Amino acid sequence: MTDAVITVENLSKSYLVGHVSEKRGSHNNATLRDAIARGARDFTRKAADMLRGRQIVQGDEVEEFWALKDVSFEVKQGEVLGIIGRNGAGKSTLLKILSRITEPTKGRVLLRGRVSSLLEVGTGFHAELTGRENIFLNGAILGMTQREIHNKFDEIVAFAEVERFLDTPVKRYSSGMYVRLAFAVAAHLEPEILIVDEVLAVGDAEFQKKCLGKIEEVTGHGRTVLFVSHNMPTINRLCRRCMLLDGGQIKIDGAAQAVTAQYMVSDTGTIAAREWPEGQRPGDEVARLIAVRVSQHGQISESVDIRYPVDVQMMYEIFKQNANLISAFSFFDSQGVLLFVTGDLNDLEWSRPRSRGVYASACRVPGNLFSEGVVRVVAEVATRQPVYQIHVLEYDSVAFQVVDSGEPGSVRGGWGRPIPGAMRPLCEWQTAKDQGEAGFHSIRVSA
Amino acid sequence: MQDIVIIEAGRSERHYWLDLWRYRELFRVLAWRDLSVRYKQTVIGVLWALIRPFLSMLVLTIIFGRIAGLPSDGNAPYALMVFSGMLPWTFFSGSLSGASNSLVTNSNLISKVYFPRLIVPIATVVVAFVDFLISFGIMVLLMAWYQFVPDWRILLLPVFVAFAFFASVGPALWITALNVKYRDFNYVIPFIVQFGLYVSPVGFSSSVVPEKWRLLYSLNPMVGVIDGFRWCILGGQSALYLPGLAAGLGVTAFFLWFGVRHFRKTEKSFADLI
Repeated sequence: MTDAVITVENLSKSYLVGHVSEKRGSHNNATLRDAIARGARDFTRKAADMLRGRQIVQGDEVEEFWALKDVSFEVKQGEVLGIIGRNGAGKSTLLKILSRITEPTKGRVLLRGRVSSLLEVGTGFHAELTGRENIFLNGAILGMTQREIHNKFDEIVAFAEVERFLDTPVKRYSSGMYVRLAFAVAAHLEPEILIVDEVLAVGDAEFQKKCLGKIEEVTGHGRTVLFVSHNMPTINRLCRRCMLLDGGQIKIDGAAQAVTAQYMVSDTGTIAAREWPEGQRPGDEVARLIAVRVSQHGQISESVDIRYPVDVQMMYEIFKQNANLISAFSFFDSQGVLLFVTGDLNDLEWSRPRSRGVYASACRVPGNLFSEGVVRVVAEVATRQPVYQIHVLEYDSVAFQVVDSGEPGSVRGGWGRPIPGAMRPLCEWQTAKDQGEAGFHSIRVSA
Repeated sequence: MQDIVIIEAGRSERHYWLDLWRYRELFRVLAWRDLSVRYKQTVIGVLWALIRPFLSMLVLTIIFGRIAGLPSDGNAPYALMVFSGMLPWTFFSGSLSGASNSLVTNSNLISKVYFPRLIVPIATVVVAFVDFLISFGIMVLLMAWYQFVPDWRILLLPVFVAFAFFASVGPALWITALNVKYRDFNYVIPFIVQFGLYVSPVGFSSSVVPEKWRLLYSLNPMVGVIDGFRWCILGGQSALYLPGLAAGLGVTAFFLWFGVRHFRKTEKSFADLI
């Protein structure tokens, strides 16, 4: 008998994915006859699938895709295990199997203790119901008894800071309030094993701090936690052990600091343009990402001059009529620190609901803002109203190198030594000499 | 005592039914949610549950009773006979259409949280049952209007309510599970519901069906349910056709077994397919 509370043996999971074969890859079928022939072929294949009780796969070439392959590990009582990896590395699939949402294709998992999983904040929130009602609903969905929720009700409300709006339907909540309420319920779960997906990336900085504190508190109570995140500082702070997944397999499993460091190094390869083929585009039924690119002076480039503006663009398709969306980019440095987020919030022309179609959004980041080094871009498309909801959050989009060649026009001036700091904005400096108090005024006027 | 859970391919939960019991609170909360959002942002709210069956009853009474001139059961007023058939029928059609869509409309839950999936479709049946209770109130008013006094048979009504419940749950589970995989069934259900209203003896008495076809006709389990309702509510005015009732029970039992089996077999892949 071991003291392992989670034992995973040779876990594998495969999905069927369909492709549209190359020669018929284009959407505009040459003739009506082609279109009909193709439709008939699709129909016979789907009908045959249905008669055999198989799943319908779109496209005409079906391939088996292994999201997880032969994964084995153990987690001991009280251990906090971080799980990192690129998108598509199998993290979410692993969590879904451990939470019993989906079944593995092969392998075996043994869980000792009550498991709660938190793959999303606000699962099952109903927009028409009030905050109070949603606390009970969400609590029940996450596996709390009504009695437990009753006992913790005040604590949850205080944590979410929504006392005044308890009897307002959550569809009237601001997105910040909504997320706070959703996290507050989740934060008061008390399972023996807690499985958490990227849920800390919500709310404002103040609230994130509070959430981190809460999670630290939970981990301090001898609970076993599995924690997936793209945020390396958070992983380092919360977890002692960390596992790096790549292509459905465990690449490294060890001390968190070492694993995250190695991941950052291996992940700092730059790529200036990325395009996803149909069928693999990140997103959901509302919006999907088609391409992201970085350019400077109209040229796609992996390395940009620190002195000039950088254009970051994304192309995405909207499938839902009248979706009120925002597109946004987050910029991370090579340490995984979030530098800033920018979205088309101030573009008043597009703050109205958008019709279906393919959109391109471009964002110009001013020159003399980034520091030297690698900057990774995270592309996001989300609904802004009535409830903030992420449709695309692509961590694995583009990355570029910011270069300061030392030529005039940058912050550097003639300085030859490293300049620390995550950002390097060009600030205006002026100096006055021997003017007493008036010196301050003369500087301010000229600025 | 520690919970030990083993996850393996193709392994069904050993304690499935126990688990179902353990999640009874979630069941209650989901049913409550469906009920409380039902008439949000409507003006007349729950009156809808009264108006709809009442108007349908009027239309069916006029078409079948007046225009087509079909006979009622014994001396029972035609409207009363129609309404006693509509009670189980609306319950059946309500739970069938509610349940068959339930998994797809709750896909966000299915793909993010574990619980016995059986909870979701069954919770929607509760919603249909509440509508049934409201309609039953109309039934009582109608009986008072016609000054129709039921006899001891009314006490057996709960038995037929249970019959109606099982008759709808079986096919509902089967179609719900199929609907996750093949959305074609989204289009089949409204058709079944519409068609079934005229195929089942809702607007007319099943005694108008020729004797030699009666047993075959009773393979539709709703025939037995509706006849049973009429027998209970209309007292001696309506006769119970026992071979038909047995056939209906048999079909219901088969569908219940088949529906639950199919649902449980496919339930584990719902999250991947939805």
